[in-house]
Amino acid sequence: MQITASDFDPVFAALADHTRRDIVRRAISAEEGILELASHYPMSFAVVQKHVAVLERAGLITKHRVGRRRVVRTNLEALLIARRLLDQYEALWLAQIGRMDELIAERAGAVGTVETKESKR
Amino acid sequence: MTVTAVGKDPLRLTLTVESEFDASVERIWQLWADPRQLERWWGPPTYPATFTKHDLAPGSRVEYHMTGPTGDQPHGYWDVLEVEPLRRILFRDCCDNADGTPRPMNTVRVGIEEVALGRTRMSIEIAFPSTEAMEQALAMGTDEGLSQAVSQIDPILAEEIIRR
Repeated sequence: MQITASDFDPVFAALADHTRRDIVRRAISAEEGILELASHYPMSFAVVQKHVAVLERAGLITKHRVGRRRVVRTNLEALLIARRLLDQYEALWLAQIGRMDELIAERAGAVGTVETKESKR
Repeated sequence: MTVTAVGKDPLRLTLTVESEFDASVERIWQLWADPRQLERWWGPPTYPATFTKHDLAPGSRVEYHMTGPTGDQPHGYWDVLEVEPLRRILFRDCCDNADGTPRPMNTVRVGIEEVALGRTRMSIEIAFPSTEAMEQALAMGTDEGLSQAVSQIDPILAEEIIRR
């Protein structure tokens, strides 16, 4: 099984829309069908249905039968891809801020109490 | 601890990092506004950055390159969108495709404010246009180990998904 991150780019096209992001959030609990979802938005059932179709094509949501109803459920694995990339990027920024810290400490040490002087200005 | 909060939104594809320093607003501003200071922290020790053009003004372009352990020099630039000296910067970090067309990697919003005398908060929000852009940004100026880690993301994810 080979999954590449670029396979998930439709994910971000799908998520470019506010309503679709909201649908993904609501569908995490997997309790509502399209009709119930549509009741949350000031738009027609047909439009919400189209949004759901875009999300489904992107693999972000799936439809499941619960008893006689069909509910919309968020596919959390797709979100995991984004999450993992954000984790990587977080590590980069934490390292950068660590270097800022060192730089500030180094300057402060090298020229005595430069920080105190600056802050008193 | 310097970093006080980290936020990650996988739906909007944004990363926010808040940190506080025992330093003045002017000192934190220098970290961004003085290219010699900036190049001390922008790239990791294995990929030091050199800023060849640096003018923090709206509409200007800040140019830099990084030098890797094997002599490779990835080039990047910031398109500066908004600047309020000592307070905030908004820029788009880009690199060029092989054909010279720009490839935006992310948009960075920096906010600087004094929280107490001699104590300054720096808030950074990084927004990505796509996962591809994220991979690009990650691959640039990271040492070999981390680049390898990035290229290993997909198999690791695949394993996680299989396990679930």
